[in-house]
Amino acid sequence: MNVLVQYMPQFESGMLTTIALTLLAFVGALSAGIVVAILRVCPVPILRGVGTVYVETLQNIPLLALLVISIFALPEVGLQADLFTTAALTIAIYEAAFIAEAIRAGINTVALGQSEAARALGLTFGQSLRFVIMPQALRAVIQPIGTLFIALTMNTALAAGVGIVELTAAANQVDLIEAQPIPIYVGAALGYMAIAAVGAFVTGALERRMAIVR
Amino acid sequence: MSTDRLLFDTPGPRGRRRIKIATVISTVIVITVVAAGIRQFASNGQLDWNRWEPFTNVALLRYLFQGLIGTVQAAVVSIVFAMAGGIVLALGRMSSRRLLRWPAYAYVEIMRTIPALLLIYVMLFALPRYGFDLPVFWKLVIPLSVSSAASFAVIFRAGILSLEKGQGEAGLAIGLTYGQTMRYIVLPQAVRRLLPALISQSVGLLKDTSLGYIVSYNELLFSGQVVTSFTHRLIQTYIIVAVIYLIVNGSLSKVARTLEARQQKTPSGRPARVDPDAA
Repeated sequence: MNVLVQYMPQFESGMLTTIALTLLAFVGALSAGIVVAILRVCPVPILRGVGTVYVETLQNIPLLALLVISIFALPEVGLQADLFTTAALTIAIYEAAFIAEAIRAGINTVALGQSEAARALGLTFGQSLRFVIMPQALRAVIQPIGTLFIALTMNTALAAGVGIVELTAAANQVDLIEAQPIPIYVGAALGYMAIAAVGAFVTGALERRMAIVR
Repeated sequence: MSTDRLLFDTPGPRGRRRIKIATVISTVIVITVVAAGIRQFASNGQLDWNRWEPFTNVALLRYLFQGLIGTVQAAVVSIVFAMAGGIVLALGRMSSRRLLRWPAYAYVEIMRTIPALLLIYVMLFALPRYGFDLPVFWKLVIPLSVSSAASFAVIFRAGILSLEKGQGEAGLAIGLTYGQTMRYIVLPQAVRRLLPALISQSVGLLKDTSLGYIVSYNELLFSGQVVTSFTHRLIQTYIIVAVIYLIVNGSLSKVARTLEARQQKTPSGRPARVDPDAA
């Protein structure tokens, strides 16, 4: 256990990087995911196509391949940002596809009569989405999105593979110096579990407050 | 397909006009974005033929194909282990014995919150120090199986629970043991129903084999990296690698969706035709 105390600064900065990466990527993924889900149900055929292509492409390419492309290959075509931003953006773009699918599933759980009623009242497509469909759809998918949040947290570890010193990489570096794998890796695992536990707690609390009992 | 249920019915004249305008605007935007992307490539010289010419080399393509084989091997072995582990864990989780139920529960909950990469690092750097040094293939496959078994367990449990209780009860009533009931009655039906979910989880596992890039196991992404190190064509190589992933996983996902759509036609997920002898 000493090793955890001794290298606290490393673990702390690794943990903070993981948390920052998780939160930034999650906020990005949630916003982009909502947009993509709307694209997939909107009345304009070409936009539905764009939504479908987005989801199909990003769900079927490994995140690590996307990270390698955005960090090592995109500079070749003159697109470059700093390492952390690029990684956060890539994870957000990747997870947005999964969140979009979850939200679309939520939209499908909203009874058809709801959107018909909205139309009958004369609401436009945008208005019916904003005031009628989305508030119900998003409440229905709190649990799935919570699961995706935990998966996203796990996926931020891949950033270690492209050179970001987040929790996994920090643990690995400390282990290379100290060679005490058991406390070090268990410590890192506990860090991830803590984030996942907070995520699960927030999801549960949100669900209790917001979910609609059908 | 029911998933394509739309939020609007047949639009009237005004709606049609709006859709037309929106179509024109979004087409222009899409074309602009694609053109900007192509320009970005062209202005950096990445569309020149000499940047792509190495990929007409048969030896190089064969090398990438070898990588794909490596990916498939790692994926298949991991899927077999993870599914077997998943079934055992799901059954353990539903066992009436506390001694089986709790460890299975703990395993699933813990593994879902530990990144596979952390397990890979343990295999890679920690275990060799205790004299546990395996070939690189297993350093990839074992952590992936250990970690995915938890996800498969969740799926199997959901599938078994979704089955009508009477199925298992009937099995027990005609004198089958618990094991026989599971083997001959419950699992075959659950697996059929779960097939789409199992396939998409397997696609996820296939994508995870790209972590071989980190352990230097010769799978698709890693062989892509090797190719870049002697062709110095990064963007081209990785685009080709991504397209290969897209084709392989896209076809698998397509199979999953087709199965799902077919199951929705037969509400309970049973086959549409019932064998009269079996009835």
